[in-house]
Amino acid sequence: MRTYVLRRLFQIVPLLLGISMLSFALLQLAPGDFLNTVAENPTVSAERLEAMRRSFGLDRPWYVQYGLYLKNLFLHFDFGESFARHQPVIVILREGLLNTLLLASAAAVVTWGLAIPLGVWAAVRQYSWVDKGLTVFGVIGLSIPEVLSGLLLLMLAANTGWLPVGGMRSIDHDQLDTAGKTVDLLRHLALPALVVGFTPLAGRMRQMRGNLLDVLRLDYVTTARAKGLSENVVVFKHALRNAINPLITLFGYTLGALVSGSLIVEIIFSWPGLGRITFDAIMTQDQYLVLGSVMMASFVLILGNLVADLLLAVADPRIAYG
Amino acid sequence: MAEPTPSAVAPDLGAGERLDALPPQSPWRMFWRQFRRSHLAIGGAALLIVFYATALFAPFLAPYSQEAMDRDRFFHPPHRLHWIDAGGGFHLIPFIHPTRLADPASLRFEEDRSRIVPVRFLVRGSSYRLFGWLGSDRHLFGVEPPYRVFLLGADPAGRDVFSRLLYGSQVSLTVGLLGLAISFTIGLLMGGISGYLGGWVDTVIMRSTELLLSIPGLYLIIALRGIFPTQLPSQQVYLAIIVILAFIGWAGLARIIRGMVLSIRRQEYVAAAEALGMSRLRIIARHILPNTLSFVIVAATISIPGYILGEIVLSFLGVGVQEPAASWGNMLGQARNPRAIVSFPWLLFVPGSAIFLTVMAFNFLGDGLRDALDPRKVLGGKTG
Repeated sequence: MRTYVLRRLFQIVPLLLGISMLSFALLQLAPGDFLNTVAENPTVSAERLEAMRRSFGLDRPWYVQYGLYLKNLFLHFDFGESFARHQPVIVILREGLLNTLLLASAAAVVTWGLAIPLGVWAAVRQYSWVDKGLTVFGVIGLSIPEVLSGLLLLMLAANTGWLPVGGMRSIDHDQLDTAGKTVDLLRHLALPALVVGFTPLAGRMRQMRGNLLDVLRLDYVTTARAKGLSENVVVFKHALRNAINPLITLFGYTLGALVSGSLIVEIIFSWPGLGRITFDAIMTQDQYLVLGSVMMASFVLILGNLVADLLLAVADPRIAYG
Repeated sequence: MAEPTPSAVAPDLGAGERLDALPPQSPWRMFWRQFRRSHLAIGGAALLIVFYATALFAPFLAPYSQEAMDRDRFFHPPHRLHWIDAGGGFHLIPFIHPTRLADPASLRFEEDRSRIVPVRFLVRGSSYRLFGWLGSDRHLFGVEPPYRVFLLGADPAGRDVFSRLLYGSQVSLTVGLLGLAISFTIGLLMGGISGYLGGWVDTVIMRSTELLLSIPGLYLIIALRGIFPTQLPSQQVYLAIIVILAFIGWAGLARIIRGMVLSIRRQEYVAAAEALGMSRLRIIARHILPNTLSFVIVAATISIPGYILGEIVLSFLGVGVQEPAASWGNMLGQARNPRAIVSFPWLLFVPGSAIFLTVMAFNFLGDGLRDALDPRKVLGGKTG
């Protein structure tokens, strides 16, 4: 088991290297560079432009640029500097990643906090109107893409004024005390988290329902019932634990989906996360910020899959990794 | 001694005759019998047929072209169709009341109930070519100019949202399908080659798929979009989106196909084909890949919404199909800011409903196909 984990961890390095190579190649294939937009500005002289090109290192051939990038990355853990923001990439990414992870965790709370109870409810009332209603709800949920549910909730917020329509903090955030700051953050977090968490909800709910129904048909559950235990004890104490097990392992895989899914939601709700940073960076060809953010997002995805594989082994003793 | 007695043969013959009396069970027949039981799948398929037919006949069904602007009627709300006029008289063919801008600040339009503009059928309008060759200037319905009918409202440039929805469907409903077709072809070939050949080819292909699958989908889509210039003519954008979607999707499929091929290649008929001296590519294409067909059909149907949404997200973000050309994505993009959605909700609801219905129809169809084709049943090699 430990060798397996170590091997998987070591595999991340060449994978990230490959991702950086692919991203760099895409940036090189793209027409022009960051300075194209600067060049359109009439107040910037040709000499100034040339000086900027030299200081950004964009005058050198691509292999020198990439080699220097890798050298700085491996020797100094230096991700370079953003052209547009004049800040180290690592500083921008750290904040963006934190915001995205905050959004993803809140979304995970929404997904699992709703999927498990609803799935159990549908299973214990199989074929009732509750079950059928939740099935319809699940079908509709599966068919609403994030971009649509995001806009719908944005409309709700704008119409009612209950919740802010975007951003992460109110204008008067700095004047608030700690409790006020937390409430303010949660109010901004609520809608994006609901949107990101809603998409995987339907699938997880169906899985929870199916798992519990499978377990309820097993012999030991019949035994428990035959002993005269109450239905509540049978379901919640005996069956539920075994039914939840397979879902826990899915948690890691969901993390990757949540990071990817949050990109569009971050843009709709102006949430200052990794997705928005990446989108802006790609559009302005802010080279090193693109490289860093794509690698960072991929790292989260890879780590999520690793955690999922490990949880699978922990939850199911039949699986052994060598 | 070895000869069977007549009495022992007779019951077998009888059983054989009874079997012959049943209609032949071709795989297609079995599939259809199973498929038609699923009402949701049939409904989904019917809805999709309607949508694609509408896209095909869009220039005729749409009263206006997708670019036709109306500078007096920006953000015009949907016209209400009336059957009963102010005097209480009933009209068999509906009519609209002409509107005028009552409040320029909030863009509020008011109906002028004293006047009537009847809806007319097969009216002359902008000329178009149906299917690329059938030239005409007749449209299914419309009103006498200078009036205009906005069945589903007007957009920020005063263009008819209904017409744009129809023209947009030509882009949004096809770009995903083409991307998927290319992507699945690559995925099948890569998976087939990787699983059948093994060795370093397998290693290279599998490492590439790992690389692609490690980058969150939308990040990769946008990074790929970056390699094309931001401003492109709409036909080139269309091709660019197809290339992007094709490049993204093949990796996941290739890995599954590889696994299936690994088990199929051990079957005896593959050994037989090898013994007959068939080329390896031919064995992959003719004997191995057809066995994965039912899985591929189901996987393709289930993946279509993802591909369609790829275009929608790109156009929504303003880097896909560019105005004035319409797509469901850039129509949705007009509803991006909260003020626009509150005051002009049709900008969100019209393309939103179309997207929702399309995705749902494909989901239903995919579920029905999966139940009817049941890949586990076919994997044994019986019906393939």
